[in-house]
Amino acid sequence: MSTSVKDPARASSGVPPAPHGEPAAGRRWTLARIAAHLTLLAAVAVTALPYVYLATGSLKKPGEIFELPLRLLPRVPTWEHFTRLFSDELIPFGRQVGNSFVISFLTTLLVVAVSASVGWGFAKYEFPLRNVLFIVLLTTLTLPVQVALVPLFTMMVSLQWLDTFQGVILPSGASAFGAFFIRQAMLAVPDEMVQAARIDGASEFRIFLTMGVPLARGALSVLAVLTFLGSWNDFLWPSIVLRSPERQTYPVGLANLVGFYATEYGMILAGSFLVTVPIIILFIAGRKHILDNLTMGSVKG
Amino acid sequence: MAERRTRSRIKPRWTPYFFIAPFFLLFGVFFGLPTLRSLQMSFTTERGVDTSATFAGLDNYRTLISDPNFYTGLFNTTYYALGSILLIVPLALSLALLLRTRGLLLREFFRLSFFLPNAISGIVVAIVFRLVFDQEYGLLNNWLLAPLGLPKLAWLSDPHLIMPSIIILGIWQYTGLNALYFMVGLQNRDPGLHEAATVDGANAWQRFRYITLPLLRPTMVFVITFAIIGSYQLFAQPVALVGDNGGPGRAGYTLTMFLYQTAFTNLDLGYGAAIGYAITLIIIALSVLQMWAQGFFRKEAS
Repeated sequence: MSTSVKDPARASSGVPPAPHGEPAAGRRWTLARIAAHLTLLAAVAVTALPYVYLATGSLKKPGEIFELPLRLLPRVPTWEHFTRLFSDELIPFGRQVGNSFVISFLTTLLVVAVSASVGWGFAKYEFPLRNVLFIVLLTTLTLPVQVALVPLFTMMVSLQWLDTFQGVILPSGASAFGAFFIRQAMLAVPDEMVQAARIDGASEFRIFLTMGVPLARGALSVLAVLTFLGSWNDFLWPSIVLRSPERQTYPVGLANLVGFYATEYGMILAGSFLVTVPIIILFIAGRKHILDNLTMGSVKG
Repeated sequence: MAERRTRSRIKPRWTPYFFIAPFFLLFGVFFGLPTLRSLQMSFTTERGVDTSATFAGLDNYRTLISDPNFYTGLFNTTYYALGSILLIVPLALSLALLLRTRGLLLREFFRLSFFLPNAISGIVVAIVFRLVFDQEYGLLNNWLLAPLGLPKLAWLSDPHLIMPSIIILGIWQYTGLNALYFMVGLQNRDPGLHEAATVDGANAWQRFRYITLPLLRPTMVFVITFAIIGSYQLFAQPVALVGDNGGPGRAGYTLTMFLYQTAFTNLDLGYGAAIGYAITLIIIALSVLQMWAQGFFRKEAS
């Protein structure tokens, strides 16, 4: 994105690290500062409330969710929705969560490997049509999946890939965002180092593994997390490819539960709560890294 | 960063292709070719898998512009796009400015909390929001409207309230993410410039209007472009919230539902491909239009 900077002195060559609490030493609690904290806390409360209600609702006895006056906490917590959910009475939920995990994990491996490779190719080599190819890549970032959806489906039919995991995984292997994001990170490898390694007789692949990959480690792990999340939460394409309940991913399973068994809301809440736990763990584990890198390179002032 | 071009005798000739091959192979097979094939399909009539396609010229597109389903989907999706963008952008920007408050405690905690909603599956969010919007037992009616002495509204069964409900869900899910984008854009703010403006007698609004907003223009273009792209693909949330036909009065029927029903329920593949192209053209046209409106293509006078 070429952008104009009004003040050349401030033109940054990259995104500066987020300020973590500018010097606040001896700051007075001004009215404005108190108001900012209160507003943000209120916004967090509004953000968290539906989620907390989901968690507590999954522990309420059947019928207690639909009873006035509304209570946040269950009278007597019960695990019955969870046990019924995993007894596969309505859908094979445990298996569907497993399917989601396998598909997300393999998609992440594929996307990270492919993006690292293409990112290195674009960052460190010159070849005919390089810039043309790269621009083609960037323009596809704005194209929705809908543009290729119907032929992708007929392709799955003729390959006999309906109801298979590769039918979900392989079409998401080439991520234009991933290619762009990793290229940005790998541009930082100094050309002189690459040349020196070549003179020392290192193979091109070895240079990629020993210089490119370690330097882009941060970007690669952010890409891994974002890819895993995207795959974990994906609904449209998996709902087209995966036909049998035993092969479906959890979002498709939950959507079917809502569509056919809306009366079993306790079970639906229990399932919904469970599948968000890994997301929250993933986030709390890598939060600093992810939040700072998330918007890197995308928005430059 | 100026790239040093080191011309060297050791220039690998074919290596780069080895590195970019896996990507372009997958990209070509699963995106490039289907995109072109889709265009070709949209000019044919093909009903059912493994049936022969017959050339139909512009028939599918003619059908499309007189299909009431298309207009229902287009109206609802546009309603969602406009409503959510007009509300999310100012909210996200205010949140970002608050998050940049000097001496803010718990900044990390806030950033994390506001990011999380968008990391949750649209289906799960809709399942939670069915409890928020429920007419009799919903959080919104019982904990907000009733205490204010307002009647309980039928959020998910009154056609006039379905799209506002989906917009509220969108605000909950995406405001935080966009606030983080704006935070990055605000990092380039020059405190010196603000102080100079203050000395010159500019009030807070003027400083925001003439210093902060122009600085945020690239961020604004980015945020709105991706909001348009996302909005016109709206699918999972309304499916789980009001059903895959858009609920009462089909007020939650979106363009992607129209595509899904046409291609994967009725197996009218040629027509489905045309709908896919229509959605894409709408997204591109609107993205370019808003970039132009924001002066993105204007050459900066040096």
